[in-house]
Amino acid sequence: MNRPESKTVPVQWRVHRRRQETADTVTLEIRPPAEVSVDPDSAGRFNMLYAFGAGEVPISISGVLFGPDRVMHTIRAVGAATRALTRLKPGQVVGVRGPFGCGWPEAAARHRDVVLVAGGLGMAPLRPALCRILSKRSEFGRVTLLFGVRTPDDLLFRKDLKDWQAADEIDIAVTVDSAPVGWPGKVGLVTRLISQLRLTPGKVCAMVCGPEIMMRFAVWELLQHGIDPEDIFLSLERNMQCGAGLCGHCQYGRFFVCKDGPVFSLDRIADYFYLREL
Amino acid sequence: MKSIKTFLENHPLFDGLDQEAVHLFSACADEASFSPGEPIYRQGDEADRFYILCSGEATLEAESPGRGRIVIETLSAGDVLGASWLFPPYRLMWDARARSRIQAVGFNARCLRQTCDENPHLGYLLMKRFAQIMIHRMQAARLQSLDIYAPPVKGGKP
Repeated sequence: MNRPESKTVPVQWRVHRRRQETADTVTLEIRPPAEVSVDPDSAGRFNMLYAFGAGEVPISISGVLFGPDRVMHTIRAVGAATRALTRLKPGQVVGVRGPFGCGWPEAAARHRDVVLVAGGLGMAPLRPALCRILSKRSEFGRVTLLFGVRTPDDLLFRKDLKDWQAADEIDIAVTVDSAPVGWPGKVGLVTRLISQLRLTPGKVCAMVCGPEIMMRFAVWELLQHGIDPEDIFLSLERNMQCGAGLCGHCQYGRFFVCKDGPVFSLDRIADYFYLREL
Repeated sequence: MKSIKTFLENHPLFDGLDQEAVHLFSACADEASFSPGEPIYRQGDEADRFYILCSGEATLEAESPGRGRIVIETLSAGDVLGASWLFPPYRLMWDARARSRIQAVGFNARCLRQTCDENPHLGYLLMKRFAQIMIHRMQAARLQSLDIYAPPVKGGKP
């Protein structure tokens, strides 16, 4: 966005489209007012979304669209503010501050193989990174998406997955934690899929987003492959509030997740990543 | 399929073992294949074989009263299928079924246990590698049981 006040004062955007992803998760496409432009470099960053009367929450950007400009947010209803956001309908207003933070490192991934490991709603911040890669496909090596969810009913971005599979430009493996007989996909933890990959240390960039415990095991698998910590990027989630590293709610050791992250390379946060209660 | 010996030499379970060791273990192995939908194991049967999948996909399944059949895990090329052969009572705990056409190397469990008993050093090396696979699976199963993708619970209370 181009207005400086949009970082501190919510700007009123309007819901353009609403898509029900799963029983409790919705993707909203929201449009800025005419004087605000959308930042195309938003993959991995987040906005503070304000459901007026309910509260403000940090939500990852799950897509950026142009003509007309729109930003996508995929939101799971877990509290008062997110419940209010997921109930918004096209034409209704949402307050937006942002975008905040540092996103996925496109430059570090260029001319390398890219492995994206997503767990559950962690697919939302990885989606725009994957879209960027696909838009410049020849600039990247082999691209693999490993996506784990709870059950087949919890699968997000079904149409995207279908389109990406049909385009055959990337390798995709989807796995669920449990499934009835008849589910044609894989069953098992997403981190198990990493062990089945053939990765060449020094030629791989890994981007991981999901529950932190899942990321710990994903990191362990990637390190087992010999991938360097500086080539492993993680998107962290903490209690982001101000978005400017001033309020301290999202402090993570010497970092503020809202400002210095949410995407970090493993080597930067190695001292903190395995610490409890940080 | 490549010769069993060549396949085993390149599989992590046997990788790095000397030729004689691989030869001893491969003497307990033969080629196996399963058609889509064909049962590989049935819960409660004697665990007299285990497999390394060369191609295709298998499902580990459980029959749960009131819930029907549930897929616990899918296994694909390179994965080891079967661990109940290791310890008494040598009974299978789950069903396994071919989801697609499977080519595999099957091991005679009695022969393998006897080989390990007669060659304790080799037996130790094999058990160590098997333990690594099992720990890996156990950790994955623990995470699955934690339901990590469920919505966060406020205050850590249900």
